[in-house]
Amino acid sequence: MLIDTPKVSRRAFLIGSAAAGGGLVLGLRLPFGPEPARAADGAPEITAWVVIRPDDTVVIRIARSEMGQGTLTGLAQLVAEELECDWGKVTTEYPTPGQNVARKRVWGDFSTGGSRGIRESQLYVRQGGAAARMMLVQAAANGWGVPAAECSAASSVITHAPSGRKTTYGKVAEAAARLPQPQAKEIRLKDPKDWKLIGKPVKRLDTLDKLTGKQVYGADLKLPGMLNAAIKDSPVTGGRVKSFDAAKVAGMKGVRKVVQVGETGVAVIADTWWQAKVALDALPIVWDDGPHAKVSSAGIAAVLKEGLDAPEAFVANQAGDVKAGLAGGAKKLVAEYAYPYQNHATMEPMNATARYTPERCEVWVPTQNGEAAFAATLAASGLPADKCEVYKIHLGGGFGRRGGFHDYVTQAVLIARQMPGVPVKLLWSREEDMIHGRYHPITQCRMSAALDASGNLSALHMRISGQSILASVRPEALQKGRDPVVFQGLNPGGEFGFGYTVPNLLIDHAMRNPHILPGFWRGVNVNQNAIYVECFMDELAQAAGVDPLEFRRRLMTKHPKHLAVLNAVAERAGWGKPAPRGVHRGLAQMMAFGSYVAACAEVSVADGNKVKVHRIVCATDPGYVVNPAQVERQIAGSFVYGLSALFDQECTVKDGRIEQDNFHSYNSMRIAQMPKVESILMPSGGFWGGVGEPTICVAAPAVLNAFAAATGKRIRSFPLKNHGIQLV
Amino acid sequence: MARLTVNGSARNVDVDPATPLLWALREQIGLTGTKYGCGVAQCGACTVHVDGAPVRSCVMPVSAVEGKRITTIEGLAVNGVLTRVQKAWLDHEVPQCGYCQSGMIMAVTALLKDKPRPTDADIDAAITNICRCGTFQQVREAIHAAAKG
Repeated sequence: MLIDTPKVSRRAFLIGSAAAGGGLVLGLRLPFGPEPARAADGAPEITAWVVIRPDDTVVIRIARSEMGQGTLTGLAQLVAEELECDWGKVTTEYPTPGQNVARKRVWGDFSTGGSRGIRESQLYVRQGGAAARMMLVQAAANGWGVPAAECSAASSVITHAPSGRKTTYGKVAEAAARLPQPQAKEIRLKDPKDWKLIGKPVKRLDTLDKLTGKQVYGADLKLPGMLNAAIKDSPVTGGRVKSFDAAKVAGMKGVRKVVQVGETGVAVIADTWWQAKVALDALPIVWDDGPHAKVSSAGIAAVLKEGLDAPEAFVANQAGDVKAGLAGGAKKLVAEYAYPYQNHATMEPMNATARYTPERCEVWVPTQNGEAAFAATLAASGLPADKCEVYKIHLGGGFGRRGGFHDYVTQAVLIARQMPGVPVKLLWSREEDMIHGRYHPITQCRMSAALDASGNLSALHMRISGQSILASVRPEALQKGRDPVVFQGLNPGGEFGFGYTVPNLLIDHAMRNPHILPGFWRGVNVNQNAIYVECFMDELAQAAGVDPLEFRRRLMTKHPKHLAVLNAVAERAGWGKPAPRGVHRGLAQMMAFGSYVAACAEVSVADGNKVKVHRIVCATDPGYVVNPAQVERQIAGSFVYGLSALFDQECTVKDGRIEQDNFHSYNSMRIAQMPKVESILMPSGGFWGGVGEPTICVAAPAVLNAFAAATGKRIRSFPLKNHGIQLV
Repeated sequence: MARLTVNGSARNVDVDPATPLLWALREQIGLTGTKYGCGVAQCGACTVHVDGAPVRSCVMPVSAVEGKRITTIEGLAVNGVLTRVQKAWLDHEVPQCGYCQSGMIMAVTALLKDKPRPTDADIDAAITNICRCGTFQQVREAIHAAAKG
């Protein structure tokens, strides 16, 4: 357990240093200063981010969640770069949310979404590593009675060059931990050109246990005396439990208890999860489906369609006079698009384990946001923060489902409260997971544009109609009713900046919020926005009789970073040169989550509907690249997520509920369908962009543009399976 | 009571004979390396070997595998020595979240026993596991590397 670190003033530090320097000639002295915070094994904490054991092992604290994206390794690289430690001696650990609260959020934000894991913590974790190095060096210098400035650190060894003396981090850690921490303004971080570890494809720290079955995911957790629960929540959002007949299953093998969970759910608690599931399937439950029981996909589509013509809309990006521009063009083009609900479908279904007593509530959960899981634990248990704790367990995929939403934590605690003192693991069946998602929001879009007599884009109105995520999950974040997240990739600037200059421009949103709960789905709104913009750009280029690359370039002269990645993929893919026989190319670019991304897809089409994606060349400029091997994996992996969505994934609504309940009706790409992905990493420095999400959005429009080049057909509603088109 | 032979050891499990092998492995025997993904033999996260052949254990009743040799992900490495597939997975850093990888490794191990030098087409036909992180590019590289030994 960690404890608080007393504050020591800078003045006290100077006095202490002087005293130490004056009194030491015999080598290392006994530690001085206040008792430091310690790790669970007693090793001293140098800074909140760094614990060093006597054997020189370096334990780096990771506040963000690892869910496969490599953030754990990348964050450790950032700390280790400044710490100057031996990378081979690095291990990691998660501080708990309860400790973070108790220590006034010394580890900052735990939230791991929005591709923020590295870019938003890079500064303070590097400072945490640098501060620890300064303290370790100071401790060694104090011990030797020499100025710290004469000492240097490399690979966990501190050297005093004038005398040739050396010591290791493990030997001075106790003394270093008792020194006051330097303030941020006293810390000078390395110039990026001097980085030795950042930017290198070092191996992930967390691979081995995933190869042997040893890695424990939330679903694998075992606690002494633990029982297991299976749950059914109302299949219709807004519905509730009317009644259930517990007596019908009470005698089934292993069943311990049947409980209602809030107003909306019923759970069976049994010795094993399989017993709980079998009993739950046999349990008669009567639902009150509530006010949305008649809602269907067709009804939702009609509401969104109306929004395309609505006079009222929230504006994100505006220039010139779009009405006049559209009226005065030489050529006018209109296209309407529709993008469906989609489920995250993490490989590991939602789960959480809780143990409740009136004095303490503990939760073990795979979460993208330990602090949000902690908040859900407090709310569901009714206990204060000092009586609750959350332990983060490795995630079997997150993709946004396990970030802002902790409905499964709430359920687990409500179940555990009905079995006080007994740990209960709640695991959703795949079916429960599929019909209780926080779905990628549904939208439609009308693109209206005018070309001038020279074939240049003179006016563009992009009208989005559809669902707001924030209105559902964080209404306090709306800006006078407007949801800024809707406009990802479409803003005048910032980390989701639109890459084109159009003299007469209007991008607006008619908000229409069906009852289906929306959520942040890897890439979020940039997925469909990129399709709307980039497919329409190709349509415009075709109408103008201009090459799609050239057409875009004319609009991108004021957006050099957007253009640079587009040019990079065009060049690598051989745009403008003949493609292999039967192969057609398509382009797309976007800015998202602070990074510039572009793709060129190479596609062939057999029988008019069998699409083979041979190759996708992708470029990204995320400012800095911490681990290129992992960035490449995020790019290739994001394309699997994005192309699965494009070709096969849609959640439809009937009688108020989601219809797709497993992978047979909600398919996901297999290895046979995987294109060759070539990544071009072109960090230009000076800013920190995200990696896990940005590239996902360019795969779909690049493939669609290549499909159109191959067939002449423009598909504008998704997924493609609805048009009989398959990925082969 | 069913008698199973798992990773070379005889195990008695007290379950209803219709219980899927997956849940007997995970909840009775305590081998949680084999994962639950879909329960309907779609995703392959639960793949184990039964008499050397890859089987989706989430739909395989315990009653059907009594007396047969069952190998799980925990049974591959002997005394901590990784198999060539596991080694290739390590070298190529295949896993992301890793949840599907037990099943993926079991499926690939069976493929290489059947076809020591698989072509891309062989891989496409045999490996139908779902990976939502999208590790397929590394999976393919690692299979070829493992095949080369």
